[in-house]
Amino acid sequence: MVVVKIKDLPKEKFLLPGNTSCQGCPHALGLKSLGMALGDDVVLVVPAGCTTIIAGSKDKSSFKFPCLHVPFASAPAVATGLGSAFRRLGKRGIPVVWMGDGGSDIGFATLSGACVRKDDMIVIVSDNEAYMNTGIQTSGTTFWKAKTTTSPTGKREEKKDLALIMLMHKADYVATASVGYLQDFIGKLRKASEIDGFRFIHLHSPCPPGWGFDSSETVEMARLAVKCGAWILWEFDGKFKISSISKPYADKSKRTPLAEYLKKQRRFRHLSDEDIAEIERRIDEQWRVVLALEEVF
Amino acid sequence: MKKVLTGNYAVAEAVKMARTEFIAAYPITPQTTIVERLAEMVEKGELNADFVRVESEHSALAAVYGASAGGLRAFTATSSHGLLYMYEMCWWVANSRLPVVMALVTRTIGPPWNIHTDHTDLLTLRDSGWILAMSENAQEAFDLTLIGFKVAEQIDLPFAVGLDGFQVSHTAEVVDIPEQSEIDEFLPERRRDKPFVIEPRNPITVGGLTTNECAMILRQEMDRDMEKVGDLVRNAGYVRDYDLVERYRLDDAEYVVVMMGAWCGDAKDAIDVLRDEGVQIGMLRLRFVRPFPAEEIAKLDCKKILVVERDCSIGKGGIIATEVKSVANSPVQSVMAGLGGVDVGVDDFVSMFRRFVKGELGEWWL
Repeated sequence: MVVVKIKDLPKEKFLLPGNTSCQGCPHALGLKSLGMALGDDVVLVVPAGCTTIIAGSKDKSSFKFPCLHVPFASAPAVATGLGSAFRRLGKRGIPVVWMGDGGSDIGFATLSGACVRKDDMIVIVSDNEAYMNTGIQTSGTTFWKAKTTTSPTGKREEKKDLALIMLMHKADYVATASVGYLQDFIGKLRKASEIDGFRFIHLHSPCPPGWGFDSSETVEMARLAVKCGAWILWEFDGKFKISSISKPYADKSKRTPLAEYLKKQRRFRHLSDEDIAEIERRIDEQWRVVLALEEVF
Repeated sequence: MKKVLTGNYAVAEAVKMARTEFIAAYPITPQTTIVERLAEMVEKGELNADFVRVESEHSALAAVYGASAGGLRAFTATSSHGLLYMYEMCWWVANSRLPVVMALVTRTIGPPWNIHTDHTDLLTLRDSGWILAMSENAQEAFDLTLIGFKVAEQIDLPFAVGLDGFQVSHTAEVVDIPEQSEIDEFLPERRRDKPFVIEPRNPITVGGLTTNECAMILRQEMDRDMEKVGDLVRNAGYVRDYDLVERYRLDDAEYVVVMMGAWCGDAKDAIDVLRDEGVQIGMLRLRFVRPFPAEEIAKLDCKKILVVERDCSIGKGGIIATEVKSVANSPVQSVMAGLGGVDVGVDDFVSMFRRFVKGELGEWWL
């Protein structure tokens, strides 16, 4: 665990003020943190998504990062090529793929290929649990029962656990993170930057318009997800560890009641008590898996 | 030095002699032996390049795109379905003005599954902004690959070298290989800052949202730059002279055949047969589809032109014939033949050309 003190963080901004993100945008929090964590070593590779818009339009750029915009399914493969160029030409820097859950759905084979080859990059999936840039459509990581514009009565399928999938891909570093705990995210980015090879961070990013909560509550919503146990922070750097922030919530009695998290979101307003009990059962199951991984992995 | 090489091995040899720095490819018949040979060259230390075993053609060109944006000389190769799978990236590379070179071993698009040559796959790139060359034999596949790097890096447009599946790709021929020193002089190290370079601590953004006018100006500039490619090819300074077309027995030709690819060899034999019979017939062979050799076709002064092609735009017919008709000053007849790899030999061409001269030729040859 890398300890991050707020007073020690650099003041230089890599996501510039006045950018075109929505109010309360979790990606903006994440991108700011990326700048604070890794600074000018970052070269961004961005597939289609909300960040395409946040990056700026016309002759304006919101980034002080170099940034290559790329087709939806291509980003980790582009980073493979860029990483090769940096290494061969003796340039110090890290290709950082910044994508959403859409990019990791459509580009899953690309993600898998880059991970299997252990190509040199950090991939961050800033997951807002639906295709938000096109207007809130269901993705592979959308919560069971969540309403989206393509699941107007609630999603019928289970969400996929992308970080555990990447762990089983034998990535060199895998972590989950949350925009509710940016020091933890920055620490994990710095840890990732000290490890060679393919590094993956799954960043939980509650989206005010997509989930239906007030734009002032992004951080609170992200923290509630962790406190109710629905989002578990963990890290694999050769050894699987539940992060200290999530550790108390292994004990179910310490968790915030799940309904407090769900009822604040428009996408879950239709849930019955039975639905909430079922989601709770699934969260318990997830904890069982993660606790077992801590024992054996 | 003369070597006996298949078309695919000739391409691999050219990629090696170009001192290519980055190769990513996914196997597909009949392209596979190009990247197998390159992988072997890299493993043996004959070629100092990064060779990435990607999981798809889309990722092959995506990785090549990243490497080229980072300043490296980069190459991939594919065929048919592989090309269609990477199609999105083909346009992205072209609009990014990156000087990537790709070998395209032509193969029929399925279904039904078919591994034999057909030019429809190559022609799907027609409007994308790639320079499109089509070789007749292993020597041309070798030469055009090297010229491809030179021209692509001069004009900032990607370059595809076509070669017919099996007929060129797997047929061993004698190839005249220049000295490495001659190639090094012809093709120095890539200028890494052109058209742009993505690197740490150089905060530029490429490919993001922009004005509609900017998107249109990009395509306009690409179209204008494509027009300069003919002169760049003719003045490339390569060890052999090249042009957008080859003229075969054309000087006094009353009948002109327009074709491209490997089967032109058989067609030339057929032209010789008709010449012996006193028919004034010749060939304008397209070595490039993009840029389209419009001037060369417009200059043809003959009784009539026959375009023979192994492709079809469903609902419009021969793709090359449509283009030839748009610029020719003589009547143009179109015949589609050899699609799906259907064999068309010297005897077929003799019969086809006789019927063309007599005005008895239909639109499909089967």
